[in-house]
Amino acid sequence: MLKIINGGVYDPLQGLSGQAGTICVGDDGKICDPPSDAAPCDIVDASGCAVMAGGVDIHSHIAGTKVNSARSMCPEDHYDHFKPHTDTTRAGTGFTVPTSFYTGYEYAGQGYTTVFEAAVPPLEARHAHEELLDVPIIDTGTYTLMGNNYMIMQILAEQDPVSRKERLRDLVSWLLTTTKGYAVKVVNPGGVESWKWAQGIQDLDTPVPPFGVTPRQIMTGLAETIRGLGLPHGMHLHCNHLGEAGNYITTLETMRALDGLPFHLTHLQFHAYGQSKKGTLKSAASELADYINGHPNVTFDVGQMVFGPATTMTADAPMQYRLHVVTGHKWINNDVEMESGAGVVPLQYKPKSLVNAIQWCVGLELLLLVKNAWQIILTTDHPNAGPFSAYPQIIRLLMDRDYRASQMEALNPRVGKYTVLAQLAREYTLEEIAIITRSAPAKTLGLPQRGNLRAGSCGDIAAYRIQEDKERMFREPAYVFKDGALVVRDGKAIKSPQGRRLLVEPDCGAVLPDDLVDEFHRYYSITLANFPVQEEYIPRPEVIACK
Amino acid sequence: MPVTIHKDIVCTFCGALCDDLEMHVENNKVIDVKNVCGIGRNKALHGDNDKPECRVYGERATLEEAYDASARMLAQARSPLVYGFSSTVAEANRVGVELAEILRGGLDNCSSYCHGPGVLARQHVGLPTCTLGEAKNRADLVVFWGANPMESHMRHFSRYSVQAKGMYTPLGRKDRKMAVVDVRPTPSSKNADLFFQVTPGSDYEIATVLRALVLEMPLPTLTDDSLVGGVPLARWRELVELIKQCKYCVVFFGIGLTQSQGKDLNVEQLIRLVSDCNRYTRVYAMPMRGHANVNGNNQVFVWQTGYPLAISFNRGYPRFNPGEFSVIDMLNRGDVDAAIIVATDPAAHLPYTAVDALKKIPTIVLDPVNSLTTEWANVVIPVATSGLSAAGTYYRMDNVPIRLRKIIDCEWPTDLEVLQNIKERVLNAKDH
Ligand code: SF4
Ligand SMILES: [Zn+2]
Repeated sequence: MLKIINGGVYDPLQGLSGQAGTICVGDDGKICDPPSDAAPCDIVDASGCAVMAGGVDIHSHIAGTKVNSARSMCPEDHYDHFKPHTDTTRAGTGFTVPTSFYTGYEYAGQGYTTVFEAAVPPLEARHAHEELLDVPIIDTGTYTLMGNNYMIMQILAEQDPVSRKERLRDLVSWLLTTTKGYAVKVVNPGGVESWKWAQGIQDLDTPVPPFGVTPRQIMTGLAETIRGLGLPHGMHLHCNHLGEAGNYITTLETMRALDGLPFHLTHLQFHAYGQSKKGTLKSAASELADYINGHPNVTFDVGQMVFGPATTMTADAPMQYRLHVVTGHKWINNDVEMESGAGVVPLQYKPKSLVNAIQWCVGLELLLLVKNAWQIILTTDHPNAGPFSAYPQIIRLLMDRDYRASQMEALNPRVGKYTVLAQLAREYTLEEIAIITRSAPAKTLGLPQRGNLRAGSCGDIAAYRIQEDKERMFREPAYVFKDGALVVRDGKAIKSPQGRRLLVEPDCGAVLPDDLVDEFHRYYSITLANFPVQEEYIPRPEVIACK
Repeated sequence: MPVTIHKDIVCTFCGALCDDLEMHVENNKVIDVKNVCGIGRNKALHGDNDKPECRVYGERATLEEAYDASARMLAQARSPLVYGFSSTVAEANRVGVELAEILRGGLDNCSSYCHGPGVLARQHVGLPTCTLGEAKNRADLVVFWGANPMESHMRHFSRYSVQAKGMYTPLGRKDRKMAVVDVRPTPSSKNADLFFQVTPGSDYEIATVLRALVLEMPLPTLTDDSLVGGVPLARWRELVELIKQCKYCVVFFGIGLTQSQGKDLNVEQLIRLVSDCNRYTRVYAMPMRGHANVNGNNQVFVWQTGYPLAISFNRGYPRFNPGEFSVIDMLNRGDVDAAIIVATDPAAHLPYTAVDALKKIPTIVLDPVNSLTTEWANVVIPVATSGLSAAGTYYRMDNVPIRLRKIIDCEWPTDLEVLQNIKERVLNAKDH
């Protein structure tokens, strides 16, 4: 039994915001009520600390083919950032694309205990899962890419609505089960297929070759299927037109099209741009915030930009190609047969660049203009808009208006014309920070035992020393516990336990419809028998129930 | 004895990792293989025969004795090297990296002297690429550059590229054009629509001129008859037109490109060329990886250390420097004082100077079959054969991971088990 005493407890789900309290974790690794008898226990004194549930990252790129390709392409990312081997931890390197072990230590070192890899093509899922075995401490899960899947588009093109619905449900269920995925990910629906045909950009109602279904049909079809299956997390959506001036119109239209269906908008910052008269970027955060404030069921993660190096990597192959052309930087592309694509381009975000300065403001504006923190989740779309190691700095920007103002002085001076950030006075409370970093992501993901400190929840707990400098506070938690075991002290990992893999097992099971078996044999380059991710890659599964 | 038929088995010979093999097993032996090429068949039929003896300093030994001796040699060394892995599973490779880390030693794999230049080129310019199924389904133009799959990856044509019948290439060969760039005619080039026989060492020059043509830059000193790499410019124009007009092109490059004059610069320029072409249509490049899991070695090294090859842990964290930390250079300089070699045969593949250096130091080798190295290594540990008597993950040349199954039993441990045992003993030795 573990007892954490004397801390100020922040558990928004239970309405606790700093009240003194004791948190106990039983030998089963779950939080429990304080025992009545004087049972022997380890006591940790958390005086002066804010005690919170372990952080939950809803969207990050930490393992799999494209992440590893990025590591391989960018040795310059690793030379100056390294961690030597110790008796209890493995060595590692890397800043924006840290190695597997380093990733686990760095996340846990900031008090995060659950992280989702946000984009895994089914054919390469085995790689993501094998690599995640080498990511210590944190629990992980993966999202399975489906927005440009050939078989899904083929079914969506079918005429009979009843059979279409049933077959889509079977296929989505099969894809999630065979890839051991947690949620359905959709990236630039239709746009990646269109890239493979060297065709142009995809609007919501542009038919996608070769089946002629539209992005709108793909999104609504998948979101309805997710509702039918009762998946714990809604459709995890990277909208069309990422990064383009004027794209907020598409984002708004997408939200309207999906009204009432389960979905989550990811890295909204990249999708919240208006267009100035000259055709350049300006902030449209207010327009999106207005809509979101009127629709309490909509959730988003922000994808906040961080100045400095970043490595962009998405399944959005055409967008990555544009970045390569615009910047001239090195470029990886990887078209994945039948399913998806991927691109990787390293970048530097600079405060003096007007575009970057606007993007930086747009993220903060979204965070400050959306009123209900439960609709907001902190991410940097690691490492697209910046590395996750910048979360403490972003927290400071949110909690400390003077600091924010001082940081704005470094921006390109013209940024004021295109943004409203300078006029926003809101400061986050610690309770709101607890919401956007743990409670809201856990709720949005459908993880009742995470992101809170109720009896029965996972014993994943972080204790941060309360201090004026909120960046330091969140960079170096005094203690982090995983399943009740101390894994981090003063921001440094001291252990390497293996985390769990979060999965779903939809009712429909894992049977591919017969006609699709045929297609599979004809068009995939591996056999169906070798396609599903085997159990050997998931030694510690945790199945989260469907609704 | 009844014959058991195993379907959808993975061939572990080359980087094409064909996974549709049928293996017939009788009396714990593979007696027949279907859906396989000649070299793959040979490996499947004989990959688990001819086991070496477990030996320490030439004397027959138990596994325990071999583990102890290995741990002692490695723990006592000041600059040990962990090397190989091209024919073992990623799972064993993961422990191999950990062993090098614990030993503060050197770590390298076989790409160091085959496709390593391609890996380095990717660090400079990236790589636009695709999976093999995309080549099969979409590619209406395939180019082989310094590669001869008819002899090195014999089912590549039929499963993935030239003849494969895919979604938008239902007629296979008839729906495609094929071009070959090589220094001599090969069985592969005989199938080509266009064959460019080039002068050795001219790859960089050719790729540079092709880029100029693609980008429509002026070439004022050249006429249509001017020879570029021994081939008239007019013919290169023809290739560029073909590329611009195709829908989807994949350029497969082999060691003819990576190991000829210019090495990584050749690959770099080829990748730039391929990137440039994407302003017109989809054009990708892919290395024709030789040894079946050498890509898996690069993958594991990268996710655990950040670097694909040529690594040193002598400061406690991974550092990368090809030339300084690559196997051949380390051995030639006498920088290594003990070596553990897994799933490769350095005596057959490395230059004799490096092999001589190995012979002078304590050398441990894990191999499922007798090899030139097992003849003289100080410790020889026989192991199960990946894909026959050991399960685990291989990474195909296009990064697609496939799990190998175990279909026959073996009295010897797997590479993974051996490495774990040695690692534990090294840790114990270091504690005392
Ligand atoms: S092409 Fe390569 S993988 Fe396929 S059967 Fe032949 S040797 Fe084996
Ligand atoms: Zn992302």
